[in-house]
Amino acid sequence: MAPVRFTVSKEDWSLHRKGYQDQQRHRDKVREAIRKNLPDLITEESIIMTDGRQIVKVPIRSLDEYRFRFNYEKQAHGGTGDGNAKPGDVLGRDGEPAQGPGTGPGAGDQPGIDYYEADVSVEDIEEVLFKDLELPELKPKDEFETEVTDIRFNDVRKKGLSSNIDKKRTILETLKRNAMHGKPGMHHISPDDLRYKTWEEIEEPRSNAVVLAMMDTSGSMGVFEKYVARTFFFWTVRFLRTKYQKVDIVFIAHHTEAKIVSETEFFTKGESGGTICSSAYQLALDLVDHEYPVKRWNIYPIHFSDGDNLSSDNERCVQLVNELMDKCNIFGYGEVNQYQRTSTLMSAYRHIHNPKFRAVLIREKGDVYKALTTFFSPAADQQAS
Amino acid sequence: MNREEIRRLEQAIEQMMDLARGFGLDFYEMRFEICPADIVYTFGAYGMPTRFSHWSFGKAFHRMKTQYDFGLSRIYELVINSDPCYAFLLDGNSLLQNKLVAAHVLAHCDFFKNNAHFAHTSRFMVESMASSAERIRSYELQYGKDVVEQFLDAALAIQEHVDPSVTFRRRPRDWEERREKGQQTEKPGSPYDDLWALDQPPSAAKQTEMAIPRKVPPEPEKDLVLFLIEHSRVLEDWQRDILSVLRDEMLYFWPQIETKIMNEGWATYWHLRIMREMDLTSDEAVDFSHMHSGVVLPSKTSINPYYVGLAIWEDIEKRWNDPPEEARRRFGARPGQGRAKMFEVRETETDTSFLRNYLTKELVEELNLYLYQKMGNEWRVVETDWEKVRDTLCAARVNGGFPVILVQDGDYLQNGELYLTHRYEGVELDVKYVEKTLPYVYRLWGRPVHLETVLDSRAILFSYDGKKNHRKFL
Repeated sequence: MAPVRFTVSKEDWSLHRKGYQDQQRHRDKVREAIRKNLPDLITEESIIMTDGRQIVKVPIRSLDEYRFRFNYEKQAHGGTGDGNAKPGDVLGRDGEPAQGPGTGPGAGDQPGIDYYEADVSVEDIEEVLFKDLELPELKPKDEFETEVTDIRFNDVRKKGLSSNIDKKRTILETLKRNAMHGKPGMHHISPDDLRYKTWEEIEEPRSNAVVLAMMDTSGSMGVFEKYVARTFFFWTVRFLRTKYQKVDIVFIAHHTEAKIVSETEFFTKGESGGTICSSAYQLALDLVDHEYPVKRWNIYPIHFSDGDNLSSDNERCVQLVNELMDKCNIFGYGEVNQYQRTSTLMSAYRHIHNPKFRAVLIREKGDVYKALTTFFSPAADQQAS
Repeated sequence: MNREEIRRLEQAIEQMMDLARGFGLDFYEMRFEICPADIVYTFGAYGMPTRFSHWSFGKAFHRMKTQYDFGLSRIYELVINSDPCYAFLLDGNSLLQNKLVAAHVLAHCDFFKNNAHFAHTSRFMVESMASSAERIRSYELQYGKDVVEQFLDAALAIQEHVDPSVTFRRRPRDWEERREKGQQTEKPGSPYDDLWALDQPPSAAKQTEMAIPRKVPPEPEKDLVLFLIEHSRVLEDWQRDILSVLRDEMLYFWPQIETKIMNEGWATYWHLRIMREMDLTSDEAVDFSHMHSGVVLPSKTSINPYYVGLAIWEDIEKRWNDPPEEARRRFGARPGQGRAKMFEVRETETDTSFLRNYLTKELVEELNLYLYQKMGNEWRVVETDWEKVRDTLCAARVNGGFPVILVQDGDYLQNGELYLTHRYEGVELDVKYVEKTLPYVYRLWGRPVHLETVLDSRAILFSYDGKKNHRKFL
């Protein structure tokens, strides 16, 4: 028999990128699925109820590879024991009852890992969600507060800090000088050859903006209404902090009277009592007059309510909203109204025909997404929709 | 691995090949490639270094690589059924690990070369997959990436539904042959035969021709992919080509799917034997046994093919080396035939017959094999009776573990609809997956599609009409 030969080789595989390319394609599809599911995803309780840093498992159906297969749960499977396994032994439990479509036995102590769920981090969702959001009608204001954001190496000089030596240019200088002296080659770097990189600071002017987040915390705001309002503001806060270097956010909670509260209070506190929305608008106007002058600030008052206002107050509300609109970029009004009743406040607002006035009626959780895109999109989009 | 390690690996492989040949293993020429982990994982995810691109491979790659990065699992090696045989070793492995892997791989190659079920697999699949990938790439340029991807999504959803038994049957298929034969009987035996029948009513032969079923297919066919290639009225040439590519690739992988337990057990058996003959330092011996025990770690919730396969092979060797008294008396069994028996088994069996014939009562008990099932929200051990365990494990390996789907009628309701049946054998289909897969079949067939199966002991028909899923009990 002729000897069977073999070779052992080690090649350069660095150009073999196929796995990564298809991984990227898969990632793109996950992102696409996130985009399609955004209205549901952003109201996912597990995101809103945590610090927002957690990774959530979201069943994204379009990424499953469907085929005819057996029902894993209605089938007996083989396993190997340590010698003592006998009928009745419990191998594992389903942790919690299935949380939604596509939630099958996952990792952990449950057998069968072939179900796939996309791990979606809050960052993944933000990346997609925030892409199309922006503060509408943002205008440069008279007084810029310039800010240094970065440095940029953009010049080469003969003097500088030795940690900033530009090696390539230094060597080029040496080669050039040696060649000029008829001794080509790389030898003897003279102090004259040294080149240094220098930098400049990039300064970006920014427009100041403030969002006045107003939320009705009266007794009529039920669990659902508050959840929706807070979900909206949760994303608003994250969006502003991610996309803009510095935007002020003032949290205003109101029932019959309004007060400025801390971020934590705003997101956690429960209140009760009647509703006088104008209290919040008045507070907002006072803030604009005293702390956020129109000359220097882009101003965005946004109010969430269930629309259940003291009837006699409605007229005053309309008047204050108009006053606010004179000074602000837009005015956002979100009404959480599951039962489609005609609310007194919305009826009053129906007569406002100012392009700055943006209202959204929210019937179900998924509408939070609608609210975000309505309030935070450029004017052109508004007219189109 | 640095150059010195590679040199030492080469020496070791030389020695191991001699040992392996001494044991009677018979393999192709070997090409060992030392690759970084992500490359080995790419090949693992695609099943082949040269395969076409699809996001699902990217998903598998990502998962495997993540598990590797987190130290949850690792493939040590990847070997490809080809001549010469390619084996990919992990660059990050220690010299000893790669020695073990090389020994393991030699036995895989022996298995590929000698197991009957691999006999007809293409040994040039590396090249043909490369050219298929190139063609699919050109379709992407011609018809658009998304269009091709969507088609691949649909095609991959049914790729398991091929029939390895018709791989090498040349067309016309047997029912077409029969139709031809039916016509042949009409042929007169002599030039004057037609005279005798002139005064008789229309011939019986004519009637048999009438009786030849017009139904397509006349008998249920298992090869859904082939049926679609031949009978779908909506597929364009490039789409038929892609389906054929997938079918060829599935048929190439099929014997590997069918011999997982045997093949891994075989390779494990031989890496043990070969490594035992090598001069290992005491450190290496410790490393080796550590690594080996990791490979054969039993699992509570699955059948580790390395572990169970190895146990069965060693049991065969033991029983045929030292046959029981009765076998000697009644069948004239001679002692010392262990290896010979093993080589015979490796040539002829697949997992189903391997388990059926050689998973004995003693083994089931010794390995403490059991069946477990979901009861309420708990997974419980339900059975340890050896025959039931063996039978269920065999059943789970039938058809590579995939449901058998038969094409019943390609012109259902005389409306060109496609009627499929699931050959129900006690295990239900995943309903959600049925309803998600039917639209893919619809995309390939172009007309409404139906699948008959059994749910809660009742026959049920799932249908997809292009817009909606329907189901009705029959």
